[in-house]
Amino acid sequence: MDRVFSNKRDIAVFVGPTLLLFVAIVLVPIFVSSYYSLLDWNGIGNGKFIGLDNYVEMFTDSRALNSMKNSLLFAAASVFFQLPVSLLLALILASSVKGEGFYRTVYFIPVLISTVVIAQLWSKIYNADYGLLNTLLKTVGLPDLASDWLGQRKTALVASFIPILWQYVGYHMLLMYAGAKSISSEIIEAAKIDGASTIRTAFSVIIPLMKPVLKVSLVFSVIGALKIFDLIYVLTGGGPFFVTEVPSTLMYTTIFDTFRYGYGSAISVFIILECLVFTIVINKLFKTE
Amino acid sequence: MPAAISERPGRYGSKGTVGSILLQMFLILFAFVQIYPLVWLAFFSLKDNSEIFSGEVLGLPRKFLWSNYVKALSEGNVLTYFGNSVLVTAATIVLVLILSAMSAYAIARMKWKLSNATMTLILLGMMVPIHSALLPLFMVLRNLNLLNTYWALIIPYVAFGLPIAVYITASFFKSVPREMEESAVMDGCGVYRAFFLIILPLVRPALATVAIFTFISAWNELMFAVTFINDTEYQTLTVGMMSMVGTYITHWGVVGAGLMIATIPTILIYLLLNKQVQESMIAGAVKG
Repeated sequence: MDRVFSNKRDIAVFVGPTLLLFVAIVLVPIFVSSYYSLLDWNGIGNGKFIGLDNYVEMFTDSRALNSMKNSLLFAAASVFFQLPVSLLLALILASSVKGEGFYRTVYFIPVLISTVVIAQLWSKIYNADYGLLNTLLKTVGLPDLASDWLGQRKTALVASFIPILWQYVGYHMLLMYAGAKSISSEIIEAAKIDGASTIRTAFSVIIPLMKPVLKVSLVFSVIGALKIFDLIYVLTGGGPFFVTEVPSTLMYTTIFDTFRYGYGSAISVFIILECLVFTIVINKLFKTE
Repeated sequence: MPAAISERPGRYGSKGTVGSILLQMFLILFAFVQIYPLVWLAFFSLKDNSEIFSGEVLGLPRKFLWSNYVKALSEGNVLTYFGNSVLVTAATIVLVLILSAMSAYAIARMKWKLSNATMTLILLGMMVPIHSALLPLFMVLRNLNLLNTYWALIIPYVAFGLPIAVYITASFFKSVPREMEESAVMDGCGVYRAFFLIILPLVRPALATVAIFTFISAWNELMFAVTFINDTEYQTLTVGMMSMVGTYITHWGVVGAGLMIATIPTILIYLLLNKQVQESMIAGAVKG
């Protein structure tokens, strides 16, 4: 029997294509990008080796630093605004309220829609003249609050956070809901019998038991914020005056608009390392507690 | 009222109280916030500019302007984009299913020294953002003259879709009792026949999960699509939506129709299979 399942040629046929694609398309490019990041290169001919100069530039250039700051703010907004709302919704829905399935289904719909569509839709919502937001403000008698939300330096950054927070609330809600539902009802009943209130039960029994799923949500929302590209690229392109720029959009314009392949690659390497570091740190935080 | 509720937290959630009514109101309000922008989109995709700009945001279209959809599909090229998205997404799903099922089987079931190492390597791959591959792939595709072909998208989509797919299918394979394939092999079935005829049908739920997950990421992908394709003939919906919006910047109705056409397949799948879609998104999240 073992011989049948350890035939080398069969194994190669089964796993070979996957491994080949994975190594060639996912792994090798990391090393290639790392190498590019050490070059001064416009994509034509051979680049000039300049060591870590691109990285030095990245950490001294105010535009790059601003893009990093934006993505960190974005991560913070996800963690402190989006996740608590998701958690609240998940806990309510998991406590068997009426319409549980309906609400869960509805809240999740935006998650599935392409971010390009979401961005186009929100650019219409924010439109200064005819947008949904300004029209609503005028309808309820607050025309003074109407504004060119994405065009103004003051509001552009927050206005570009909101669509993605809105879109993924339902995603984290679903993950947390699944986590809360998997807690045995006996434990919750026992807490109730001991006289714990609903809120007390949530904080001292349910949430601590949801730690694994909370960790996943935290990693996803932070990493998702650090990697964000589609929404900003379509909604603002990083403008006005780079106010909403994030590392991914900066990487993109550096490579494909100004043809600085080396510097752009340095930014991409930075994004990978940043994601890796945050993943490790969050996992560590949850382990030691 | 809310103050009274917070003083008696124990009562919220129990049926028929003021608390549970407020809770329902909160949930409905939130449902409204999540769904209203999309309803607004559906409405304005059927209106003309004069009606959209009249400031009547809540209203149903006075006259349903289906011609917006016709215009988007023909003049706006949305039909082409749609066909390209279907082709690229379908090819990606088929390849991911075949490759991930075979390799997950080899990893979970066949006996070879490096199977655990291979699994670890592939799991690591789930953390790699596509950003790192963008420029290297662009250079390779350009040198191979593969830019502006369907393969320029299908190959990277498959490669980046594989890690999570292998993970999901491998964990399913582990739950299939070994006796099934052992008896098949005893009966003289080769490994290939045992795999395709006996094992694969048993893990259908895993395949459905992977298919849904892959559909959503391939259908919605932008960064590769905008970089590797600039010929309208091969553009997918995400990229097409960007250029269409530029062309029809003053015709909101036509733009809205295009956005609706890009979204309807996903919504249809969701309405038909909403439980399965939710389950596959949960399964896809194990990677954290």
